[in-house]
Amino acid sequence: MTTLNALAAISVAYVALLFAVAFVAERAAYRGHTGWLRAPIVYTLSLSIYCTAWTFYGAVGSAVRNGLEYLTIYLGPSLVLIGWWWILRKLVRIGRAQRITSVADLISSRYGKSNLLGIGVTILAVIGTTPYIALQLQSVTLSVEVFAQTAPQPEHERYTAFWVAAGLAVFTVIFGTRNLDANERHHGVVMAIAVEAVVKLAALLAVGGFVVWGIAGGVGQVLERIDASDLGHWDVSGGRWAGLMLLSAAAFLCLPRMFQVLVVENDNDEQLRMAAWAFPLYLMMMSLFIVPIAVVGLDVLPEGSNPDLFVLTVPLAFGQDQLALLSFLGGFSSATSMVIVAAIALSTMVSNHIVMPIWLRLQEGAASVSGDVRAVVLLSRRLSIAGVLLLGYLYYAVSGGGEALAVIGLVSFTGVAQVLPAMLGGIFWRGATRIGALSGLTVGFVVWLYTLYLPSFGSGMVLPQPFFETGPLGLSWLNPHALFGIDGLDPLLHAVLWSLSLNTLAFFAASLMSFPSPLERLQGAQFVNVQQTPGSARSWSHSTAQSEDLMVMAQRILGASEAQALFQRAAEEQGLEGHLPEPTPAFLQALERELSGSVGAATAHAMVGQITGGMAVSVEDLMAVADETAQMMEYSARLKAQSDELARTAAQLRAANDKMTRLSVQKDAFLSQISHELRTPMTSIRAFSEILRDAEELGDADRNRYASIIHGEAIRLTRLLDDLLDLSVLENGQVKLDMAEGRLEDVLDRAVAAVSADLGDRSLAIRRDRTTEQVWLRTDLERLSQVFINLIANARKYCDAAEPELEIRVSSDAQGLVVDFIDNGSGVSPEAQDVIFEKFARVGEMKAGGAGLGLAICRQIVTRLGGEILYLPDQRGAAFRVILPAPQALAAQ
Amino acid sequence: MSIDPAPGPRRPLFVERQTYRRRRLVDAARALPLLGLLLWCVPLLWLIPEEPLPTSTALVYLFVVWAGLVVGAAAMIFALRRARPIETGGTERPR
Repeated sequence: MTTLNALAAISVAYVALLFAVAFVAERAAYRGHTGWLRAPIVYTLSLSIYCTAWTFYGAVGSAVRNGLEYLTIYLGPSLVLIGWWWILRKLVRIGRAQRITSVADLISSRYGKSNLLGIGVTILAVIGTTPYIALQLQSVTLSVEVFAQTAPQPEHERYTAFWVAAGLAVFTVIFGTRNLDANERHHGVVMAIAVEAVVKLAALLAVGGFVVWGIAGGVGQVLERIDASDLGHWDVSGGRWAGLMLLSAAAFLCLPRMFQVLVVENDNDEQLRMAAWAFPLYLMMMSLFIVPIAVVGLDVLPEGSNPDLFVLTVPLAFGQDQLALLSFLGGFSSATSMVIVAAIALSTMVSNHIVMPIWLRLQEGAASVSGDVRAVVLLSRRLSIAGVLLLGYLYYAVSGGGEALAVIGLVSFTGVAQVLPAMLGGIFWRGATRIGALSGLTVGFVVWLYTLYLPSFGSGMVLPQPFFETGPLGLSWLNPHALFGIDGLDPLLHAVLWSLSLNTLAFFAASLMSFPSPLERLQGAQFVNVQQTPGSARSWSHSTAQSEDLMVMAQRILGASEAQALFQRAAEEQGLEGHLPEPTPAFLQALERELSGSVGAATAHAMVGQITGGMAVSVEDLMAVADETAQMMEYSARLKAQSDELARTAAQLRAANDKMTRLSVQKDAFLSQISHELRTPMTSIRAFSEILRDAEELGDADRNRYASIIHGEAIRLTRLLDDLLDLSVLENGQVKLDMAEGRLEDVLDRAVAAVSADLGDRSLAIRRDRTTEQVWLRTDLERLSQVFINLIANARKYCDAAEPELEIRVSSDAQGLVVDFIDNGSGVSPEAQDVIFEKFARVGEMKAGGAGLGLAICRQIVTRLGGEILYLPDQRGAAFRVILPAPQALAAQ
Repeated sequence: MSIDPAPGPRRPLFVERQTYRRRRLVDAARALPLLGLLLWCVPLLWLIPEEPLPTSTALVYLFVVWAGLVVGAAAMIFALRRARPIETGGTERPR
């Protein structure tokens, strides 16, 4: 018979072995040999923490009490894994893409990094898990007692439980908070629980094998024995069968410890693909021999033996001490692995969602200046682990163990399953909002508390007895076991039904009615479309964040070398020299993700926010969120632009039409004018030549006069024809420029002299500033002076002032050399301004002088010379501006 | 979520034989848990007869289904791995 001391020694040796395994794995991971640590089989085995001591010992007890109902606890998770393609695949991808650290972090991150939700889920998880840890402690103490063979003594039990809890706390602190890994993966712990998984499976299979082949004598006999026993007939209520299967499936996804090994510790899809078939196989083997052990235990052990301990007591009853010891280690493994992972998961949640936000709040604005955050995070994790285990121990000590604890497993399952609607809604439905998740969780939590958790302490313990008979204050529809008067349901089923359905209803309704914030919508799109969008949406604006401040903060969370490597890499990607990257939105996003692996999404967001000034959503993101609105606005803006353009085009068309009408009128006028101009001299030439021919006694003086008139008229005709020819040549581009150098002053002098020599009867005062005219030009000087002559002659012809005066102003600007001719007359009427440079245009109908070709010729010449001629409106009188190109003007200076 | 507004290259309406096979395998992988649920809900009918079912029969039935599901899931995962198109590396998401 194994003594207590031997048992203690073996347990310590076993724990030492686990320490060694964890240590070796950590060392290997540290050196980068992670290949075998990431093997799919290790991942699959680590999932076995689902099988706690409650299932290791309790499954047989459950089978004795409720027949095959115990199977549902394994069937649900098997279905979840076989259906990995539906939920798990997406969940682990989101977990990896978003660096999710816990189930609370998932919910918080999905709903706009809401810390309130994180706190809510954390509290729910702590309340749901604490009794479960107490249950593990109880199972270990009970199994120790079996070996003690003395009457149970409460002090001894508590003593054992306390030391088990303390030892687990030490192990978890050492390996669970050894490093603040950015991926939040614990290779040592995972390897240790994988070993424990093998031990407990081997133990249960060994006991099962012994029972079937050692005691009963084969499979056939066992089946006969089962049918002959009290468990011989199928007797499971349909409601509980289906309900528990659903419940265990839900809990498998939501339990903090399961989420930890399933999602947080997951490294690649390959791990999941193996677990999808291997873990159901593991569960099948774990539950294969439960019924035979139960039946044989009932047969061979004395009446009143505790069926929860058959796994131990059956081998002992047949003197198989080694087998019993193996079985003890199996149970011990189940209890310890569950407690370790649960403590890690809970401490991460408590630390990231409760302790760190409070610490940050206390250190308001000091994220970049105060001490090492790593130390704070690790300390808060360690304290959280100790706190969680202490809570578990206290729960155990206060509740005194016993029956009350035995039922807590399913109560706990129901509690954590309240996260399911928010979780599934969050990853499959973009319409799920923070308000919805908050409402659903609150409603589910309250209903669970009222209908299951508080009554689980026993009626009259927390809730007074009358509640269960007549309802609180006599309101029978509020009876915790018969809400809304629906009576006769199994209390557990009743609670599962109401809590989950009201939870889902509240979640859905509140989501429909509320409107999510931009950050929520961004996160929602990323979670739901994780397969399509491998990258994450930017959520940091290019703001005032200082790279150095970020560096300081990152060093304190990630560690100096890792932070420097991260920054260096980012700087290289940005193509920068040195080791500090620009705080671009993309970099801030990456940094925040990296930090969230250590301290959770909400805390990381808050810390980066402290440094960057709290800008959480960039304009691009807001635009993306407001896509629909933006598109509509853009569309209407485009419509407006189009209609504006149409209106402009129509106005231009109208103007062009007006111009053409005017031109047509002018052309007709010109034609009649030119006919008149040609006919008038022709008429006088004909008349005077007839006189010269027919009149014989003409005096010399008369003949001379008539011949002069004929000559003058002929010259006029020639000039008109010259102008027409000139214009036609210019327009056809056949003109040849005679480039030469000269001073502007000389050109102007020549033009003024030519005009003065021509018509002497009208005087025109010309004002010039000769100092400005000392500009050298390289151009066709003849043509240029032709332009000036024309402009000056026009001023003299059309200036209607009493004392006509023309000012010639010269200046040069960026465009080139500018020569303005401004007279003091009444100028050109606005409607005529845009046609004066056209052929046949004439300013005013009155004085004949040219055929309206002068300005048209001027424009052609200036254009040939590379310049421009314009009419300046709003001057004193008529004002023309000639602009000559700069290079020609300057080059000659 | 029936409308997939994903821009970019449009998914072809018809695909070649290998991709087609792979999609059907994924369909099967999705259907398997539903089949399991159905088979494991059969016990709901066992309470109806006058003479309840012997536990041994129930045990054998449940475990045979269980083993079948494990084998089915494993077979599908291995088949999927073989049918995986090299170029996409499993990023495809059949709908």
